[in-house]
Amino acid sequence: MKSRFLNNVKLVFLKDIRSELRTRYVINSLLMFVLVTISIIRFAIGDEKLEDELLTGLLWIAVFFSASGGLSRTFVKEEEKETSAALKLTAGPAEIFTGKLLFNLVLTFVLNFFILVLFILITGYTIKNPGLFMVVMSLGNIGLVAASTIIAAIISKANSKGTLYPVLSFPVLLPLLLTVINATKLASAGIDTKEIAGEFLILVSYNAVVVTVSLMLFPFVWED
Amino acid sequence: MAALSIHTKDLTKKYSGKTIFKNISFELSSGDSAVIVGRNGSGKSTLMKIIAGIISPSSGTMSFMNNGNKVEFHDVKRKLGFVSPYLNLYDELSAIENLRLFSGLKSDSAAGDEGLVSLLELTGLADRRNDEVKTYSSGMKQKLKIAFAMLNEPELLMLDEPRSNLDKSGIETMERIAEMQKGKGILIIATNDEDDLKLCSKRINIEEHK
Repeated sequence: MKSRFLNNVKLVFLKDIRSELRTRYVINSLLMFVLVTISIIRFAIGDEKLEDELLTGLLWIAVFFSASGGLSRTFVKEEEKETSAALKLTAGPAEIFTGKLLFNLVLTFVLNFFILVLFILITGYTIKNPGLFMVVMSLGNIGLVAASTIIAAIISKANSKGTLYPVLSFPVLLPLLLTVINATKLASAGIDTKEIAGEFLILVSYNAVVVTVSLMLFPFVWED
Repeated sequence: MAALSIHTKDLTKKYSGKTIFKNISFELSSGDSAVIVGRNGSGKSTLMKIIAGIISPSSGTMSFMNNGNKVEFHDVKRKLGFVSPYLNLYDELSAIENLRLFSGLKSDSAAGDEGLVSLLELTGLADRRNDEVKTYSSGMKQKLKIAFAMLNEPELLMLDEPRSNLDKSGIETMERIAEMQKGKGILIIATNDEDDLKLCSKRINIEEHK
């Protein structure tokens, strides 16, 4: 039973990777979005040296809007192309959700790598505790992806798909964003790990709650 | 022979307060074939989707039995084949990749490529098996849907408007598959085509449930 679950998760994940590599349905538009966003930030700040606190906020604005542009497409594409029925007939809801969650995680991590490299090159953003910074960014990304994936599933069933994502995601992601921006700011300032234990705990708890609730909620969303 | 049976009682579907159909009850056992008829928009496809577990009824119950024992729907799903205008396969994958994916998802031990190629041969797509589905004509896509429905030898085969876009050889293949199904499981066809009506022994008229 367990191996069947893992096998089907892998099949859904690999299907999404293969589809994305062939169609560039999401990645091309997201890379352009990242390039435009980072360019605008560069033009806006000019030769000024912004404080790292402010840059952290700008970094997460770029991450959040890039993710919201791409992650919301996961299930919308299945509904628009009428492929969801074939998936429903062959795989369980938990398998489909987990496979798509993993795909979104990979997509977001790749995307954020580009965002971070470009952001550092263009703004001169300094990270004094890189290890802690990467852990915080990873936890933030997991929370962002988990919440976005279930919201994507919900909006795929709605008529006004485009407008619903920001409306639904803002209240769900607000606690995550507030915590992760603060933790990123502290990590980039080189603070010691034990001093952000509180933020760390909130991020881990948020991720655990969102993933668990999503897995419980998804069958009701997916199976009409 | 497997002895799957379907039991529905008072199936009703409403959308936005409007009743599509109400109180549909029937029983079908292995070897039975039924055709669902009704004018366009009467709810034939909706009833098919409910039986296939894609959507839920507004009220009523549906259960499956195997040799007299109740079986859960996720077990039935593995032995269910479904062709529908509302079910598409992935355009960006080839025919063989689509069948590999869904065979792997449906079964613990995915069919080898030999079995999948024989399904594509049956539907006349073997020569184009490595081409992406987006390069297929609508008739070829319909044939691929039939191959998809035949994965893992379904005990319950459901065909919604199965003749759509099919050429003469495609129709002959579909009819042969339908005849074969009657000997090994349950066949349900949603259609208004006179030729399809002849394929089935039972009739469910949606118009009688408005």
